[in-house]
Amino acid sequence: MQWEIVIGLETHAQLSTLSKIFSGAAIAYGAAPNSQACAVDIALPGVLPVFNRAAAEKAVKFGLAIGAKINRKSIFARKNYFYPDLPKGYQISQYELPIVAGGSLTIQVGEHEKTVRITRAHLEEDAGKSLHEDFHGMTGIDLNRAGTPLLEIVTEPDLRSSAEAVAYAKTLHSLVRWIGICDGNMQEGSFRCDANVSVRPMGTEKLGTRCEIKNLNSFKFMEKAIDYEVRRQIEIIEDGGSIVQETRLYDPDRDETRSMRSKEEANDYRYFPDPDLLPLVVDEAFLEQARATLSELPQAMRERFMRDHGLPAYDAGTLTSSRELAAYFEAAVSALGGTFSRLRERDGERGIPVEGDEGAARLREMAKLCANWIMGDLSAQLNKDGLEIAASPISAAQLAGLLKRIQDGTISGKIAKEVFAAMWTGEGDADAIIEAKGLKQVSDSGAIEKIIDEVFAANAKMVEEFRAGKEKAFNALVGQAMKASKGKANPAQVNEILKKKLAG
Amino acid sequence: MFNASLKELSGLLAGKKISSVELTQAFLNRIGELNPTLNAFITVDEGKSLAQAQAADALIAAGKAGPLTGIPVAQKDIFCAEGWLSTCGSKMLHNFVSPYDAHVIEQFNRAGAVNLGKTNMDEFAMGSSNETSYYGKVKNPWDVNAVPGGSSGGSAAAVAARLCPAATGTDTGGSIRQPAALTGISGIKPTYGVVSRYGMIAFASSLDQGGPMAKSAEDLALLMNVMAGFDPRDSTSLEREKEDYGRDLEQPLKGLRIGLPKEYFAEGLAADVAQAIEAALAEYRKLGAETVAVSLPNSKLAVPVYYVLAPAEASSNLARFDGVRYGYRAPEYADLADMYGKSRAQGFGAEVKRRILIGTYVLSAGYYDAYYLKAQKLRRLIARDFTEAFARCDVIMGPTTPTTAFNLGEKSDDPVSMYLSDIYTIAVNLAGLPGMSVPAGFGKDGRPVGLQIIGNYFSEAKMLNVAHRYQKATDWHTRMPPLHGEE
Repeated sequence: MQWEIVIGLETHAQLSTLSKIFSGAAIAYGAAPNSQACAVDIALPGVLPVFNRAAAEKAVKFGLAIGAKINRKSIFARKNYFYPDLPKGYQISQYELPIVAGGSLTIQVGEHEKTVRITRAHLEEDAGKSLHEDFHGMTGIDLNRAGTPLLEIVTEPDLRSSAEAVAYAKTLHSLVRWIGICDGNMQEGSFRCDANVSVRPMGTEKLGTRCEIKNLNSFKFMEKAIDYEVRRQIEIIEDGGSIVQETRLYDPDRDETRSMRSKEEANDYRYFPDPDLLPLVVDEAFLEQARATLSELPQAMRERFMRDHGLPAYDAGTLTSSRELAAYFEAAVSALGGTFSRLRERDGERGIPVEGDEGAARLREMAKLCANWIMGDLSAQLNKDGLEIAASPISAAQLAGLLKRIQDGTISGKIAKEVFAAMWTGEGDADAIIEAKGLKQVSDSGAIEKIIDEVFAANAKMVEEFRAGKEKAFNALVGQAMKASKGKANPAQVNEILKKKLAG
Repeated sequence: MFNASLKELSGLLAGKKISSVELTQAFLNRIGELNPTLNAFITVDEGKSLAQAQAADALIAAGKAGPLTGIPVAQKDIFCAEGWLSTCGSKMLHNFVSPYDAHVIEQFNRAGAVNLGKTNMDEFAMGSSNETSYYGKVKNPWDVNAVPGGSSGGSAAAVAARLCPAATGTDTGGSIRQPAALTGISGIKPTYGVVSRYGMIAFASSLDQGGPMAKSAEDLALLMNVMAGFDPRDSTSLEREKEDYGRDLEQPLKGLRIGLPKEYFAEGLAADVAQAIEAALAEYRKLGAETVAVSLPNSKLAVPVYYVLAPAEASSNLARFDGVRYGYRAPEYADLADMYGKSRAQGFGAEVKRRILIGTYVLSAGYYDAYYLKAQKLRRLIARDFTEAFARCDVIMGPTTPTTAFNLGEKSDDPVSMYLSDIYTIAVNLAGLPGMSVPAGFGKDGRPVGLQIIGNYFSEAKMLNVAHRYQKATDWHTRMPPLHGEE
């Protein structure tokens, strides 16, 4: 039987506020245990929560970014359960009325685009941590994380494969960082996903029984865990069994999911509106303020890169995967000419280059060159050195300086790599390096003819072979000529002059 | 001196007739003498109180004294006070020394008042007789066989027996007014949100409100000036302009319209209480007030609605007492669940457990709509009754309680009958209105009767005026329990 996979994701994004969601204690990862837990976080008798409006601003920004409805009045509710790292015996969350309702996120899966519906996003506080090691049969409680603001983002069951789930998670991850509401650090738990997975016979409507998979703390684990879970469920059903609704934990060491607790063991959370907190009211002014801090979103920028710079969808998507990368690209392109702005002025507000316009075609070529270098050599080098784009030793302007010299024929692409390597180690700007190392491309036809004559003299046999019809000998001669020029000869000219001379 | 008003005491201090240290010591001595009988205090700390008195004397000497500087005030043990044992009447907090001050405590400290000790109370403020305290029953100074009422029974008994000039209380369903009535003192529960709940150990957050307990309305006004005020640490605290609650004390009552809800004078009201209330109303008419009949048709729903909502909130508020971070932890347990179970089973008393169970039940899946949501809807109806009544009158009056103080043990095995002793006070909390009780004579058993005055939102100054004019015309509030004779 053909099975259809149905996945919904719940993501907890830690909001990057300065202090906690209901207390004034600071939020910083890695501080000494319990050094960032105040009376409210410890839940001393008599203390009360006070809402941190900065968390609402970030939630509203997210809602606006996904085109959601912002509830003008949302309610904090208590989710009651006992756990040692939950000091109050309840978690303050939002239940019936979340701050963000609806909205969607467009993802790119291979060649096709897909819109994933968001059900809701609500504010809540994080719990502390139970530390089971180091205490010889006892458990340590660290309440530094207790009260950290979270935005829980829930999708509709719209995802149909692990690849789609990962694409969604990556797009969401890039969006929350883009709009500056979450640092996205998955190792530190700032961005955590749970997946609700079920299967149903292809073509049927009714949803199968789902299992919730927890502990997906990397995109890779998410893919593997979902794939494992799907196989597990299909096997059970095909063997005549049925799926038990439960929460399962992914074990990356064994690459399997394990039952954590069944529906029967699940808590009755006894949600009710928190009487210590007033309804969270978002007025027009607050909404406008949040809107004003929202810059161009990745989806819009991606479309603009395709439209204005003529970039392929893949390149535009990659370059807009983070705000820093996109900014680097834009800075490099603008340093490459500034001609863009002139084009924009000429073509009016939107600045769309005119089709067939020679200048526009050239600009697109340069943008593509820029994209290739950023996604290729620069990314590879950054990866190798474990650096973020913001920490790149080669600035966007410096990279543009290098690309300009490729564009104007001063150096070849091959020499450019050598210059790039020198720039990376801090030897200076492209021009200085070209000058110092004498890497300027030889474009003087007299000089190239001289080199070719010398190559002919030294490789008479190869010339003979070519003339006897062995076409491959041509490339060998080009190689020899380039070698003789130490790579500096203009390859196009070498080709041209070689052809002429061989024909002559 | 023990029967002196706060104003008189303040005058004695200002005139250097007595020092705060001497005054504090005198009350501490009286506590030492009478508390063994009454059990009104859980914690007395002479050293701490006298140190504060000394500091107050310095303020007075420096001419920096306010109206309450140097005056000893007893604090209900529900208020966290830095360095003080703060038990809330429970074994669960038998070892909890608070590392911080409640807003109310801060306010008294700022005013230069002396903390005279922490008063006994029903466990976590759950009770109407002060019999649920882990620290033993409190006796009514008018008759040691009678309950003082609850939950602020320790504060009420202490003021009534003149163990302190004034005390604080909290009122979730009548816990200031009912004990005030049963011990013959004055007490006011302000409008919800006027006194910060920060540091006041929560019972039912949407109903809890702190307030003062004292001998007279005039004293209450001075205490309100200290206790009330916006506190950003309590999200339900109201940001209002600071007011002088004593500004209208002397206003004449001519033309005052007193609403008399027929439901408060119906079946269940003891004849002697009714008689005392009628006499009080006659006094008001003499003062120029007129009475009008009003109706609070949903009154009978108040007790059932309260016993859904208050336990629901309490079941969640008390979840933090789990033996993990502070408070009582069972000495032996097998695992985590066992530690929770045993610590809470051993740390909480029967009434607290009963309410946690009720609250957990009404919030459970499948029951939430039928109980909690329904009760919330009825709560709005109850509040609307008052709004409609206040269209026809300035204040509402009636008995604070249906009977005078009952005997110790009389209702301890019958929770419903105990709950009904708050039948006239609970609706006020559900509506968030201010309510007070002033002494209005005695029943046939010689135990005090309280007159309840309910005002519209933020009309505390008016209510204090209404009470003060009555107290100027009567002397019930100056009567001291005969048991302890003259000073």
